Amino acid sequence: MTASKLTFPQLLDRLATTSGDEAALQEKRYGIWQPITWSGYRQRVRRFAHGLASLGFKRGEVLAILGDNRPEWLISELAAQSLGGLSVGLYPDGIVEEVEHVLSHAGVRVVVAEDQEQVDKLLALRGGGRIGGVEWVVYYDPHGLEHYDDDCLIEFPELERRGDELERERPGWLEKEVERGEATDPAILCTTSGTTAKPKLAVLTHRNLLSMGAGLMEVDPIDRRDEYVSFLPLAWIGEQMISVACSLQAGFTLSFPEDASTMQSDLREIGPRLMFSPPRIWESLVSSVQVRLQDAGWLKRASFRWGFKVGRRVAEARIRGGRLGLSLRLAHGLAELVALRPVREQLGLTRIRHAYTGGAPLGPDVFGFFHAIGVNLKQIYGQTEICGIAVLHRDGDVRYNTVGTPLPGTELEIADDGEIRLRSPAVFAGYFRDERATDDAVDAGWLCTGDAGYLDDDGQLVVIDRAKDVMQARDGTPFSPGFVETKLKFSPYVQEAVVFGGDRPYVTAMVSIDMANVGTWAERNSLSYTTYTDLAQKQRVYELIGEAIARANEDLPESVRVSRYVLLHKELDADDDELTRTRKVRRGTINERYAPIVEALYDEGAESVAVKTAVTYQDGSRVERELDLRIQAMNGLALSRDDVRDDVGIGV
Amino acid sequence: MSRAYRHQLNGSDVERGKVQLEAEGVSLSFGAVKALSGVSIKVRQGDIHAIIGPNGAGKTSLLNCTSGLYRPQQGSIRLLDGKVRELTRTRPSRIATWGVARTFQNIELFRHMSVLDNLLLGRHVHMRHNLLNALVYVGAGRRQEIEHRELVEEVIDFLELQAVRKLEVGRLAYGLQKRVELGRALCMQPAILLLDEPMAGMNAEERESMARYMLDVNELAGVTTVLIEHDMGVVMDISNRVTVLDFGNVIADGTPDEVAEEPQVVKAYLGEQ
Repeated sequence: MTASKLTFPQLLDRLATTSGDEAALQEKRYGIWQPITWSGYRQRVRRFAHGLASLGFKRGEVLAILGDNRPEWLISELAAQSLGGLSVGLYPDGIVEEVEHVLSHAGVRVVVAEDQEQVDKLLALRGGGRIGGVEWVVYYDPHGLEHYDDDCLIEFPELERRGDELERERPGWLEKEVERGEATDPAILCTTSGTTAKPKLAVLTHRNLLSMGAGLMEVDPIDRRDEYVSFLPLAWIGEQMISVACSLQAGFTLSFPEDASTMQSDLREIGPRLMFSPPRIWESLVSSVQVRLQDAGWLKRASFRWGFKVGRRVAEARIRGGRLGLSLRLAHGLAELVALRPVREQLGLTRIRHAYTGGAPLGPDVFGFFHAIGVNLKQIYGQTEICGIAVLHRDGDVRYNTVGTPLPGTELEIADDGEIRLRSPAVFAGYFRDERATDDAVDAGWLCTGDAGYLDDDGQLVVIDRAKDVMQARDGTPFSPGFVETKLKFSPYVQEAVVFGGDRPYVTAMVSIDMANVGTWAERNSLSYTTYTDLAQKQRVYELIGEAIARANEDLPESVRVSRYVLLHKELDADDDELTRTRKVRRGTINERYAPIVEALYDEGAESVAVKTAVTYQDGSRVERELDLRIQAMNGLALSRDDVRDDVGIGV
Repeated sequence: MSRAYRHQLNGSDVERGKVQLEAEGVSLSFGAVKALSGVSIKVRQGDIHAIIGPNGAGKTSLLNCTSGLYRPQQGSIRLLDGKVRELTRTRPSRIATWGVARTFQNIELFRHMSVLDNLLLGRHVHMRHNLLNALVYVGAGRRQEIEHRELVEEVIDFLELQAVRKLEVGRLAYGLQKRVELGRALCMQPAILLLDEPMAGMNAEERESMARYMLDVNELAGVTTVLIEHDMGVVMDISNRVTVLDFGNVIADGTPDEVAEEPQVVKAYLGEQ
């Protein structure tokens, strides 16, 4: 029987039977990787499913899960699905309003929460009567919760014990429940990243997710040896895709890092063969190489530059499909030895077979970087509503400006207004209890993505941007602010950038600096500073960012070059609603909140703009402060041309 | 399997609120200099008991008498944990085995050893090795080793030291070294913890996180803490009992609020008009 006729719990049963003794999950605890086998995984899912049943969890009910990536997260999800229910993941760093919205909209009765931080969040909401429907909060990290005595709290292992009792009363009952599951049952609710308003909940069935996984694996065979490190939020469709939909079909091992602070070294220890991350992870990997290079001695730097150049020529030759000359092959062998392999090793990417980026566009420079160092990074295009993957680069045909061609079984068309539309078995079952939104999104089986794009001469899809975000420059060229922003973010010193200019005479940018990297740079250049705000307003930091913008401008058409910019006094933050949880810019909020800054960017007389900031002190008191942000014009900067363009293209 | 810690970090059997450490009439002098003159203090189980006072008031001397580094000429210091134990005429190593753990003003860690090894060293008082089973990793020796490592790992988790577990202590930031030192003291499963200026030389952020860990140690692990600290803000925030020393004498003793009201304390800190 093919996988897409089954449910996830049924697939788990199959793996527990065929490869019961192999590691399914492993978590680093106490400094040691602690594996759970497939049969152990199933056993824990069974116990927890019985536990949920003892709380009256029913077919079709929604279980909410709120926490970092741990085995318990997946065990809870599979347990809910074993009973014919579904799960919804919440971002652990989500603000209370998001949690409230999802819990009450989905009518959640039982929440699985990780630790004290999450439990506090829930108890506060519950105490305020805002999530009256929640009856049980199950937690699995008891530290600090020893003295809590709310009736709704229950510890994970305790619920497993209750499950054991129920299992003794009703032997064989759960097997029947699992068998009753149909592939067309809803499996998860997934919050859409919602660059606008409150997140919507997409209903995805087992069949949706599995057909997407099967499509992916038809293009790139993934097998049980393809280890994967799970560190991105499981509430995100991308992580669900790999950790649930692909892992349960291919049977590979998932590893959970010990802690956010050890993620990088845990990644190196595992050396994953499969990796799927949004652009910000790839960008931060590039930044870490750039920063290390700046701290390295001249010999290392020189050998990396040379090796990188060779690597880039090889990557370009491969993309063009040409043959490599003997001298280039020899040079590449040496470059591998002295430069490329060591860098891959540092990043934990030596064993990588399949590397994907998705969720947002990745800048061509970052793409080029990974191909030059020998990581076959490929772009995925999709949305939550189509289980994350619909279009994908193929091996040997990776172009940095396209997202590739549709997966097998996926149809693609460009509507008359330029909107990308997709149709496949992975198109979702609709938004949860929101028929109107569903009707807007799905038209006779076609998913209207809301993205503007076109097919290039070879039939590869080029995505411009969200249709409503696409802007027109003065001379009528359509341009994507996202593309310009991505180019700016290639600089390790730029944390986030927002570009304006649709209905304006020229293009401007609002930039927030990367505190860690600019801070290191400042230290090395004997520039003293106190706070983020102070650092961001230094003339020399303005010049530093100006150089980064000049570098980005060189690759942009004349009419969409950034001509004025401002450095923001704070980082853009998802907690302030300025970014989505997947770190996409919320243009609406930003246009509204920073309206005076945007006005000043277009007021050629303005040299600075006053902004009000609210500082909240530890004791809860708030003080409003006013400060001036400088506006800098690009033509007012004296940049040393040597710095502007480095032949490695990464400014070292 | 629960994620709860398997080991108790608190090594005391005393009921919460009962007197656990008692100093009576302790006097110490170096030649003609009187460091302590007839100091009496009672420390109760479960408290964070701060000892404050101007420079040279005798705070560290009192701590050194308690951990056996100094021998006072008069008076007694008793640990009332199960048995009554006199600390003033006892070797420091002996006192450590009774569960009195401490940190120092200047960090006293093994700089070239890893964080993990430094913490394992804190288990020393509990290790029952003979040379043979320490050399061959089998049987009881092996079981013990695993047990100790497990406790150390719980402390690493508790103090969030995972990312530096295998790094050399000397390479760590100062604030982090202080946290490692606290960790080593905790690994002893102490009955009582003596902290000598745990926040000296730290920046605001490091102090804040240190204060958080000290509260956790006290509230979650239930360990009695005697604390010497200069930062009055911290003392008033986190301790529930304060003793003020000045020129070797106790000039006030009580809750933070009571002590702050004492005219004598105000005088000692702000001087006379």
